[in-house]
Amino acid sequence: MTHSGHIRDRVRELLAAHDPGSTDRLEFLRARFDAGLAWVHYPVGLGGLAAPRELQQVVDAELDEAGAPDNDPLRIGIGLGMAAPTILTYGTEEQKSRFLRPLWTGEEVWCQLFSEPGAGSDLAALGTRAVRDGDDWVVTGQKVWTSSAHTARWAILLARTDPDLPKHQGITYFVCDMTAPGVEVRPLRQITGEAEFNEVFLTDVRIPDAHRLGAVGEGWKVARTTLMNERVAIGGAAIPREGGMIGIVADTWRQHPELRTPELHARLVKLWARAEALRLTGVRLRQQLAAGAPGPEGSGMKLAFARLAQDISGFEVELMGEAGLRYDDWTLCRPDQVDFTGRGPGYRYLRAKGNSIEGGTSEILRNIIAERVLGLPSEPRSDTGPWKDLPR
Amino acid sequence: MNLLYSEIEEDLRASVRAVLTDHCPPSAVLARLESDSPCDMDLWRILVELGVTGLHVPEDRGGQGASLRETAVVMEELGRFVAPVPFLGSTVLATTALLACDSDLVGSLASGTTTGALAVPLTAAPGSPFPATVSASADGLLTGRVTSVVDARAASLLVVPVAGPALYAVRADAPGVTVTEVVSLDMTRRIADVSLASTPGVVIASGDQATAAVEAALRAGAGLLASEQVGIAETCLEQTVRHVKDRHQFGRAIGSFQAIKHRLADLWLELVCARATARHAADALTRQADDADVAVALAQSECADLAVHAAEEAVQLHGGIGMTWEHPAHLSLKRAKVNQLALGTPGEHRMTLGHMVHLLMDIPSRR
Ligand SMILES: Cc1cc2nc3c(=O)[nH]c(=O)nc-3n(C[C@H](O)[C@H](O)[C@H](O)COP(=O)(O)OP(=O)(O)OC[C@H]3O[C@@H](n4cnc5c(N)ncnc54)[C@H](O)[C@@H]3O)c2cc1C
Repeated sequence: MTHSGHIRDRVRELLAAHDPGSTDRLEFLRARFDAGLAWVHYPVGLGGLAAPRELQQVVDAELDEAGAPDNDPLRIGIGLGMAAPTILTYGTEEQKSRFLRPLWTGEEVWCQLFSEPGAGSDLAALGTRAVRDGDDWVVTGQKVWTSSAHTARWAILLARTDPDLPKHQGITYFVCDMTAPGVEVRPLRQITGEAEFNEVFLTDVRIPDAHRLGAVGEGWKVARTTLMNERVAIGGAAIPREGGMIGIVADTWRQHPELRTPELHARLVKLWARAEALRLTGVRLRQQLAAGAPGPEGSGMKLAFARLAQDISGFEVELMGEAGLRYDDWTLCRPDQVDFTGRGPGYRYLRAKGNSIEGGTSEILRNIIAERVLGLPSEPRSDTGPWKDLPR
Repeated sequence: MNLLYSEIEEDLRASVRAVLTDHCPPSAVLARLESDSPCDMDLWRILVELGVTGLHVPEDRGGQGASLRETAVVMEELGRFVAPVPFLGSTVLATTALLACDSDLVGSLASGTTTGALAVPLTAAPGSPFPATVSASADGLLTGRVTSVVDARAASLLVVPVAGPALYAVRADAPGVTVTEVVSLDMTRRIADVSLASTPGVVIASGDQATAAVEAALRAGAGLLASEQVGIAETCLEQTVRHVKDRHQFGRAIGSFQAIKHRLADLWLELVCARATARHAADALTRQADDADVAVALAQSECADLAVHAAEEAVQLHGGIGMTWEHPAHLSLKRAKVNQLALGTPGEHRMTLGHMVHLLMDIPSRR
């Protein structure tokens, strides 16, 4: 069932039955999902074949070569990277079969209603309330910095169901319909000029109990699955040498001898070496995963990625000389996808600032490494009492 | 490309570590520092018996028929213990040079019956011009001087680059040979100045073969030194983590202060990334990959500074005790700092790297 020859046969069958040249894009994606070739490590019937994760590369390469459409992953990153693994781990059978297929094909975009004005790094302090009312929950509160809320059909949502318990215990995890009455999405402009994220106001939004993920009060445990996958998604993609930002800067360097100075040269080569070292670290990490021995190295990838992206993009603006004084476009727009390396150097520089904030700040990631990997003691805490009594 | 450690490599690591734990505790290394026998030849003989001196030498030339990947694992362990044995000079540099020369002498180095040294300054980097400070007279006698040769005093066989170019094998007890040990910053791996005055030797390679042999040795040396640097950094991090969990100030373990936790988290992350480059270098050298030179330069660029950073953090976060002679932290610091200069500085390696990956400056590079 799991070897690559068998997988190749499945791909050929799919292509024979649905010629990518003449098949509608969505129809092809649905057929691919139904053939188990969406994410091969998922269970049979849910877009997968229960095969080893690394065989996905075989599928992707074959389909790419055949000119098959992809599911536009930059547009549906939160669904693919965060909602899907959480639904797979904690969802009921009904939830899995309802949500995963349109999530993967991109018919339904997902967003993440976690952060609040008063609860960012300290996410477990969140105050959005969910109160039980018959078969429904009634949700009221405010979320912020919600990427793709303006394109999303569904959200993963954390809300407080019991304010009398300590903060980690009274949280429940829901799937929220972004088209439901009481959901209001307002663009929130970021330093790049665009509004990639939003403020989301929830006023008496009714969520059926059937859209709860995991048990009542177990939301924090469920959220940990989401957050772990988020960090892997931000820092973990496989790229060739000079893939990503460093390749853009290296090309600029090669094409513009007039920009060169010895000092910039020394810094560029240092950045190149760091980028290549981080790329090899990712290769090594995936080899460890494939060998069935995941190391703790994964927790560091996002931290290293953020620092490198910021250093490279900062360097690039300096390298550009006069062109570095300019910006491509400040017009407020609401993009439907996130591409860290898209647009010009000024945009890359500004967007990279978010890399050390989104998905857990670099300071929080250092805490996690220090405590979970190195085993160092945690800070003394003052937030262990009931949530309702915490200072805020 | 395989960046992991194989099961065989882990077994090898375990046996080397067991030997070093028994025979090379910090107290023993410290005790030897100012003695007149800087190399621990008893420990060396035990390691020789384990077979570590012939790992990357083919069986038909008297070795174990393994590869530089395994030799790199030994380097990691020797780095962890800052072991005072002539492994770099003899097993890595001299042996690799002899391997590239079709010389019979490689068998005696592989089996450990002879200890060798490659007569080049320890600062020589891969890609640097063939060293030519020794010349041969018409009747084949060698005269000249090579400074800062690593592990020279332990060697009974000197592999000497001679203007021409040629490579000579010279017995350390031959007439006219003087090996003068200097006061070394790294007292656990000392350097010496070697002078030859009308000294007899045997030609083992000449012309391009001699140049290639020295280059192969410097390249393998720099590539494997990265593994030693990873070993040094790893042990510094481990010891420091242990210390900050244990040491209490202001009523708390100092390891609960975020200023300290974040520094150690950053160091850990540097180590994670550097290890991938060190493994990549050992693997590329073993496969004789096209980009082995890139892999070596990259590994030195990342690992040399990592080891220094780790050792410096170890001293700082141990506080006064880290500054104390009886505490072993300075052993790693001195080894790491000297390694930063050895076989090319990180800056030199980056210059080479920039050239190899076509990130050129308008000044001529060495390669
Ligand atoms: C581009 C972008 C997209 C985002 N998308 C989403 C989204 O889709 N959905 C969503 O729910 N959220 C999203 N976020 C929000 C993000 O998760 C939070 O911004 C982040 O968790 C930090 O929270 P905060 O902004 O409240 O900062 P704070 O928690 O107030 O942090 C402020 C500073 O204090 C530091 N700090 C906080 N606590 C500690 C500590 N214990 N030790 C040391 N330093 C500490 C932080 O590191 C930071 O430097 C997004 C953010 C950005 C920038």
